Amino acid sequence: MRDVPVAALRSLVAPATWQATFHVLAGMFLGAAIGGVLWLLAVLWWAAGYSLVDGPTGHPLLTMLYAAAAVIGPLALLPCARFFGALQRERFRALAGVHIAAPKPEAGPGWARLLRPWATGASWRQLAYHVLAPVLTGLGGALVVLCWSALPLAALWGDRVSRGWYVLWFGGATLALFAGPWVARGVAAADTAVARRLLGPGRAEQLSERVESLARSRADLVDAADAERRRIERDLHDGVQQRLVSLAMNLGMARTAFAGGSPEVVEVIAAAHDEATTALAELRDFVRGLHPAVLDDRGLAAALSGVAARAPLPVKVRVDVARRCSPSIEAIAYFAVSEALTNVAKHAGASRAEVVAERVGHRLIVTVTDNGRGGASLDGAGTGLRGLARRAAAVDGTLTLLSPPGGPTAVTVDIPCE
Amino acid sequence: MRVVLAEDSVLLRAGLTKLLTDGGFQVVAAVSDADQLLAAVDEHRPDVAVVDVRMPPTHTDEGIRAALVIRRQHPRIALCVLSQYVEESYATDLLSVDTSGVGYLLKDRVAQVSDFLDALRRVAAGGTALDPEVVAQLLVRRRDDPLERLTPRERDVLRLMAEGRSNNGITEALKVSNSAVEKYVSNIFAKLDLPPADADHRRVLAVLKYLGDGLPAD
Repeated sequence: MRDVPVAALRSLVAPATWQATFHVLAGMFLGAAIGGVLWLLAVLWWAAGYSLVDGPTGHPLLTMLYAAAAVIGPLALLPCARFFGALQRERFRALAGVHIAAPKPEAGPGWARLLRPWATGASWRQLAYHVLAPVLTGLGGALVVLCWSALPLAALWGDRVSRGWYVLWFGGATLALFAGPWVARGVAAADTAVARRLLGPGRAEQLSERVESLARSRADLVDAADAERRRIERDLHDGVQQRLVSLAMNLGMARTAFAGGSPEVVEVIAAAHDEATTALAELRDFVRGLHPAVLDDRGLAAALSGVAARAPLPVKVRVDVARRCSPSIEAIAYFAVSEALTNVAKHAGASRAEVVAERVGHRLIVTVTDNGRGGASLDGAGTGLRGLARRAAAVDGTLTLLSPPGGPTAVTVDIPCE
Repeated sequence: MRVVLAEDSVLLRAGLTKLLTDGGFQVVAAVSDADQLLAAVDEHRPDVAVVDVRMPPTHTDEGIRAALVIRRQHPRIALCVLSQYVEESYATDLLSVDTSGVGYLLKDRVAQVSDFLDALRRVAAGGTALDPEVVAQLLVRRRDDPLERLTPRERDVLRLMAEGRSNNGITEALKVSNSAVEKYVSNIFAKLDLPPADADHRRVLAVLKYLGDGLPAD
């Protein structure tokens, strides 16, 4: 309990208290000024409109002025509201350290830019803040000023209070002073909460921005993963693979050189040589599965004809992609075909297959069909295909498997190709 | 026999130089990229150029492109291309000009020292040496053309011919008699409608037919 007075005293001099106070005071003046300007605009417009309706008198130039004011008034109102909104946001940034994102600026040329503010909620919300702010910060600011100046005021008017009420009079003033920090912070918080709702982007706008940024970061992630695979492939190719080739070659030379030596030596060298050769073949398959270098060099057509050539059944390939897609997209298409053909060879019992890759508008559509027995599903044998379906989904694409019992089976990948 | 070697990995370049020197080749230049390769070939006019596919600066298919330049500028210089992977499109490029004096092998094959040196000698002498994987890929692709008429065994024989083996080599590989191989070979000639000429020429034609037919013109 002893700490309470100390805490109360400390809160009187706390930076946050004074920040809130300045913020509220600035808001009081700025809000009043903005409100005044807007009221003035409204009054001018109303007066001009009223004069026009009432039947203008005086010089014809005056009539034209009225007409101009009547037309320009509404057009200027919302842009003004947005400009003042920016001022208010600046107040929040500079005095309260609160960053409120600006609503999206109006795009479009000429008339569209003049008229669009009327159709966007953001403009009306900002106007609402300017109407509300004088009331909120005006009353709140007055309250804050009253709290801070409670003691001097009490002293000033002290002679009007009868002697018996002195204690209560100054006690109340002291209480008001100690309430000052909380009042200032409370008013500032209320002002901030209202401003966040009214001066910032609306919920739909926030959501659409969030969706955009999520889509962007997801695409970056896909690209990054792809680039990483490429880097690992390159590192393995330049490093381990060359070293293994060299090792196997040296063992091969040793094998030749010691061919007439003692059987134990020959046997050990031969075993090591065979091991190295096997490791090399395994590493080659692995690295190829990571990322096929030919895809970067020569594109989808060359890479797919390579996959088709390696398949243990005849595969017809038709690639009709005039402009190349991004590397990540090509990689997804490549691995989808590779995986689909592996499945065809393993499970379909097919005697032939066909791969067609075409660009349709901004989509790359790759289809792998076979004449096998069908009945395949993404949940069944093709776990690789399920992974690829996920990879396709990550770029807003789809991988579909159509495989009625009795066949034929068709795997279709539909991915964006800007 | 004089060799120019292009390989960007220092380790492998040194190893290959030693292997070739031990194998009785004279390595007149060992370089690390395509430009140096072309310069070295111009300068030394070797019998054969051994070329890695992936070299600086882009690490893609420099070797193949350099090999095609050499083929155009010096048609008599034999080419042996080494690659970490066998790609049908590289093979197609390489074989589209001329199939004599051309080799396309997986890099792994250098570990089978004597096989590799044999293949290189064959290429230097104007023959072909294609990696079994290349052959397998080309074979699958051409399954629905005249080669379809061949029996699986005859196709095996043709595949070995394409790898550059002699009848004796085929006999050994397939563990059949010499006369059986001769019979397969003559069947192949007949089924591929090859005009009677001297045996070696027909042999080359059969391989050409096998590899070359249906290769895209580009």
